[in-house]
Amino acid sequence: MKNIKKLVLAGFAGMVMMGASMAHAVDLNGAGSTFDNPIFQKWFHEYYTANQIQVNYQSIGSGGGIQQWLAKTVDFGATDAYLTDDEAKKANGPSLNLPVVLGAVCVTYNIPGVDSGLKLTPKILVDIYRGKITNWNDPAIAEINPGVTLPDLKITVAHRSDGSGTTNIFTSYLSKVSTAWSTEVGWGKSVNFPVGVGGKGNEGVAGIVEQVSGSIGYVELAYCVQNKMAVAKLKNKAGNYVEASVATTTAAAKGAKMPSSFKIMITNASGEDAYPICGFSWVVVRVNQDDPVKGKKLVDLLNWILDKGNAEAGDLYYAPLPDSLVEKVKGAVATIKY
Amino acid sequence: MSSMENQQPVAGNEGAVKPALSFLFFGKLSEVGIGDKIFRAVTGFFAFLILLLAVLTFVALFINSIPSIKAIGWKFLVSSEWDPIRQVFGAVPYVYGTLVSSFIALVIAVPLGLGIALFLTELAPMHLRAPVAFVVDILAAIPSVVYGLWGMFVLAPIMARYINPVMAKLIGAPFFVNTSIGLSFFSAGVILSIMILPTIISISRDVFEAVPNVYRESAKALGATDWETIQLSVLKSSKPGVVGAIMLGLGRALGETMAVTMVIGNNPQVTANLLAPGHSMAAVIANEFTEATGDVYLAALSEIGLLLMVITFFLNVGAHLLVWFTTRNYGRN
Repeated sequence: MKNIKKLVLAGFAGMVMMGASMAHAVDLNGAGSTFDNPIFQKWFHEYYTANQIQVNYQSIGSGGGIQQWLAKTVDFGATDAYLTDDEAKKANGPSLNLPVVLGAVCVTYNIPGVDSGLKLTPKILVDIYRGKITNWNDPAIAEINPGVTLPDLKITVAHRSDGSGTTNIFTSYLSKVSTAWSTEVGWGKSVNFPVGVGGKGNEGVAGIVEQVSGSIGYVELAYCVQNKMAVAKLKNKAGNYVEASVATTTAAAKGAKMPSSFKIMITNASGEDAYPICGFSWVVVRVNQDDPVKGKKLVDLLNWILDKGNAEAGDLYYAPLPDSLVEKVKGAVATIKY
Repeated sequence: MSSMENQQPVAGNEGAVKPALSFLFFGKLSEVGIGDKIFRAVTGFFAFLILLLAVLTFVALFINSIPSIKAIGWKFLVSSEWDPIRQVFGAVPYVYGTLVSSFIALVIAVPLGLGIALFLTELAPMHLRAPVAFVVDILAAIPSVVYGLWGMFVLAPIMARYINPVMAKLIGAPFFVNTSIGLSFFSAGVILSIMILPTIISISRDVFEAVPNVYRESAKALGATDWETIQLSVLKSSKPGVVGAIMLGLGRALGETMAVTMVIGNNPQVTANLLAPGHSMAAVIANEFTEATGDVYLAALSEIGLLLMVITFFLNVGAHLLVWFTTRNYGRN
């Protein structure tokens, strides 16, 4: 059984690393978030090139990553939603939620004759997703968008149908800005959306927005930029209309009051330039490492991610963590015992 | 006469070859009987494995569903609400979507598929039969995600722009009320019908071909037209086989995941309007399982799988009973 698994892992690593030595044993295993996968593959490839230490990451989804980490089949899990108290209990020992990836969720739309940059307030966005505002010519939208000709067109709401960290961040934002949303719907990776159609994955939502005239949806920043989709400017807590970008996302993380557990949703952050719909993705690790060799490798990897990796996050449209946070996370990494 | 004589030695050679081959496989000539017994035991064991697989799947799904069965109970089968945040789970919209989209698929694919199969076996000129059958078999090999992508980017806009308004005008409420989106029960049914067509065509074609030519000749000799021949000699005697073909197609439609989730709109609702978005059982499992956390949530998704298995089972039993009731008097007529 173990041999078969090793073979499968080796095959997978070979496909991903492309050219990395097949004979080299895998040093560290991780599993989880698909949202993190692009940046992880880039990081772990560079890490292998620099240090000859191979990290194999299976992007099977955050839920699966946590399950595998709890079962100790992987050395670290990666998740878009920090561990719940129940999950943390199942780990049988102290664990850490380390924010390593920071991303933004864009609101995209398809309105004939309206370019990128339509302004939206939190209230309008909530009302659209609750089915209270149903037409683009609604006076509330026209009022804050002088000079934009909004057509008499029915709004089609698009959301993710699969459980996702993107939905977690988006609904956390809606819950923070609207008590109606937080009591009627709430926030999580899958929620019971009051209206709209669901698309599977970023590509599913993007496909609906592309196809259906009058639609609105939410997708990851990288996906929006690469597909040149029309993106809304959102009114943040400070009252400024901010477009999603790497810089405005880092600004949001800077303004957040970070608890020592790092368990925080930074949606609707304060700060002049803070983009309001963004959030962390966490790596979960055990404080007490069973294997001293692996434990050291893991700590080295985490420190490398925070020093070197973090600086390159912007290349793939993830936002780098602010320096103050990097120091805090490194402090937490230092508590890992091996 | 001479040709008969030419064949004789060939037949004789075959006879000589056969024991030699069986010697290779089963040892001495006298032990052929034991070989047969072993063969029977081995194949019987394989057949038993299939039964075991079905039972084990059922048991595993049931065990995984226990937390949800305990927490939700019968409400799971009658509630329409699915809210992972509040841990409320009801399967009705998913069951509804699966059944409705599969039913639409059958309504489209069964007449079309049987028509094509009849044309290929009874009416088409010989040189057309093999190429068309070949193309049908290729259709069956297209991955469902390709159908899904095509459905989302090509079919859905066509439905929204051209087909849905026409259906709304022709048939209208309550089943066809136009919406501006092409993602709907109806689109899912259309995609499914295309996907199950090859199954229905190839199996019913084999069934029709298995009808002895004597039947057709007898009908023709009595002065029957082409249609009467098909009706009397082909269709009547192939009823069980055709139902089998339809059931295999239905099985694929019920379990299809990727293509359905891409065109059905993934909105869990129960509505008579076929042009509205819906959801399906297989789609909700595929969508939510990877990121599902919490025992009851995971168990509820397993229970959806269990329910799908039970529904498929009863539909199959129902179909076989139907065949049995409609054909049991056939011999006496």
